[in-house]
Amino acid sequence: MTATPALGRTAAARTTSEVRSTKRFSPLSRGDGRRAWLFLAPFGVFYLAFLLGPTVWMLVSSFFNTSTVHAGLGSFAGFKNYGEMLTRSDFWSSMWHTLQFTIYTTPPLVILAFFFAVLTNRIRRGQWFFRLAFFLPYILPSATISLIWVFIFTPSSGLFASVQSALGMTPGAGVLASPNTAMIGVAVATVWWTLGFNFVLYLAGLQEIPRELYEAAAVDGATTWNQIRYITLPLLSRTTTLVILLQIVASLKIFDQVYLMTSGGPGISTQVALGLITNTGFTDDRIGAASAASVLLLIVIVAIAVIRQIIDTRLARKDA
Amino acid sequence: MAPRNPATFTRRALFGGGLAAAGSLALAGCATSPVASGLVGSKLNPSQLIYWNLFGGGDGTRMQAMEAGYEKLHGGAASLQATTFAWGNPYYSKLTLATVGNQPPDVAISHLTRAKPLYDGNIIEPITEADLASVGLSSSDFNPKTWAAQKTDGNNIAIPLDTHPIVMFFNTAVAKKAGLLDSDGKLKNLDGMDTFESALAAVSKVTGGPAITVANVSETATPWRVFWTFYNQIKGVTPFLSNNGADLSVDEDAFNTVTSRIQSWVKKGWLNKGLDYAGAESDLFTGKTGFYLEGEWEITTAEAVKGLKFGMVPIPTIYDKAANQADSHTFILPRKNRTPAERKQHLLFIKQMLAQSQTWAMGGHIPAYLPTFNSTAYKKLEPQADYASAATAAVYDDPAWYGGSGSTFENTVGAQLGLIQQLAVSPQGAMDAIKSQLKVYLNTPSPL
Repeated sequence: MTATPALGRTAAARTTSEVRSTKRFSPLSRGDGRRAWLFLAPFGVFYLAFLLGPTVWMLVSSFFNTSTVHAGLGSFAGFKNYGEMLTRSDFWSSMWHTLQFTIYTTPPLVILAFFFAVLTNRIRRGQWFFRLAFFLPYILPSATISLIWVFIFTPSSGLFASVQSALGMTPGAGVLASPNTAMIGVAVATVWWTLGFNFVLYLAGLQEIPRELYEAAAVDGATTWNQIRYITLPLLSRTTTLVILLQIVASLKIFDQVYLMTSGGPGISTQVALGLITNTGFTDDRIGAASAASVLLLIVIVAIAVIRQIIDTRLARKDA
Repeated sequence: MAPRNPATFTRRALFGGGLAAAGSLALAGCATSPVASGLVGSKLNPSQLIYWNLFGGGDGTRMQAMEAGYEKLHGGAASLQATTFAWGNPYYSKLTLATVGNQPPDVAISHLTRAKPLYDGNIIEPITEADLASVGLSSSDFNPKTWAAQKTDGNNIAIPLDTHPIVMFFNTAVAKKAGLLDSDGKLKNLDGMDTFESALAAVSKVTGGPAITVANVSETATPWRVFWTFYNQIKGVTPFLSNNGADLSVDEDAFNTVTSRIQSWVKKGWLNKGLDYAGAESDLFTGKTGFYLEGEWEITTAEAVKGLKFGMVPIPTIYDKAANQADSHTFILPRKNRTPAERKQHLLFIKQMLAQSQTWAMGGHIPAYLPTFNSTAYKKLEPQADYASAATAAVYDDPAWYGGSGSTFENTVGAQLGLIQQLAVSPQGAMDAIKSQLKVYLNTPSPL
């Protein structure tokens, strides 16, 4: 990235990468930078006002007893808000539910998306129909998805209960009614809803793979499974990396489906981190405590993203 | 990079300048433009009254009829901007944030139990006797129990519109088959545990399933209302919460008595194990059950079912004394700068809504406004008049900064009560969960 030559050092002291980068001269001339900033300014203002600003405010207010109904930061709390969150059993359970949701949704959303993309890609006629069918749920808003699935899971009269009755089973109080199955219900709805996004990413990746590779493999007598194993999977590894990372981050930010389908219940068995933060901040009017919880969640998400990145880099190096 | 073309520059400058000039003209010239209103927070139409409420369903339809009544007197639809939001915590969060952000409505609806935390947070203004007198009202115009319940620190904080208790709905056909109707077609008195339980057994025989339904799946308010009703029927029980929510003072023996009884009904097949709000209700409408416990506002839904014959009574007294959980819809004045003329206009709006209490009563609510409550028209209203006495046995939720209708407290405790009914937890297990989940609220000083 650096376009400025590293002056004041001898060429011998430069690393190879620096030498390589100094060879590429920037096509920009002096003064263009300022104009670039001017073009970036509108976005920059929004970025400052709605992302960086609130983030800084969140960090600061997490050390205060900030209340929604009083102006200013309120009295200084030090690490009390963090202490409270770290010792609250419902904070830990909400963190666990967030993780639980991520564990329930990420593998199926990656594996099923890959599976359906491979199948769809093999279809020659009418492929548009399958692309549309798998992507269609994704364009629906979460409120619609929640309504559909709450209907499906309605105790005794819902679609799921009707199917159970038709099969001669006695429908229970419903998937969303039991603390043991409610999260599974939310996860199933989410997989159905968001599968299309990963599916499209995989389909795009699949279409980048030249058909000649498969033809050559077929001529050499490779089975379909071998073609997937030795051509599709390795050539899609970059897509898979991207899909997994995006999926983990998206799943950790779970909020709307839970809010709309179970509002965290039964009990607090599906309460997720963002739900707890919203309740603390807007219902309990405790912005300070909510900020502390947000910071803790941010740390977890960043840590998971970084760990993923490190593993990925290690693997890439091993491959090279 | 091409050299700068002076002609382009001028053209752009001219265009940009023109835009800016047009913008400032719009701002300066027209104080009521939407842009100016958004930027400086002025009202689009100064004579328009802004009113927020949380009434959906049948309540919403009736409230709209009452709003139309106000508009008729005050120059048409432009005189009132009424907005309806989803009820519960989200509504109160919006009201709080709007007031903190200096954009509150002129008048808003609040549950009586939620008005207290709003008052503590300095979100609403007290209403003086002089305010009431300015539009020809006085405190003696209201149900004394409701009026006393809204008084906080010696101030009037809310003007009650109604009392809305939880009541018992019954399916007339099922009750008749079970032999529970008297010669007038009214439900026999079912007070007393033995009488009530034998009625449940009789109804269960008729339906071949549950006798009574209570929503408990994805629903926390109803289990709480039912519990709070029975709990308060026991003589000498302590409040659930005291000291504005700092102490958990619930009588654990009484908690155990009530919840064990609920579980025993489920085990006997008299009470449903798991049903959501709509499911519990439709079971009554379709005759799959005889009784249904819910707020009286469901009268609108029941009336909309073609050919359904039903009645409503106060929940029978199965323990020592009559009691039923209730709350009241009230009018509040969110904190804002009002001129004396505006203040009078806002109170006049409240007065004119109260004057239409009969319309409101048709939706099941028991009017708090005595001129309507005592009127012959109300007394003739059936089945409303059959349970009007429930207002005198009304028990409100204990005051707490996280309490009241649809609050965190109700959500927390109601969820455990729902699980009790599902037989998913024991009464003791539920109490432990309640204690652990409320701990942080008990220990946190009110942020208000």
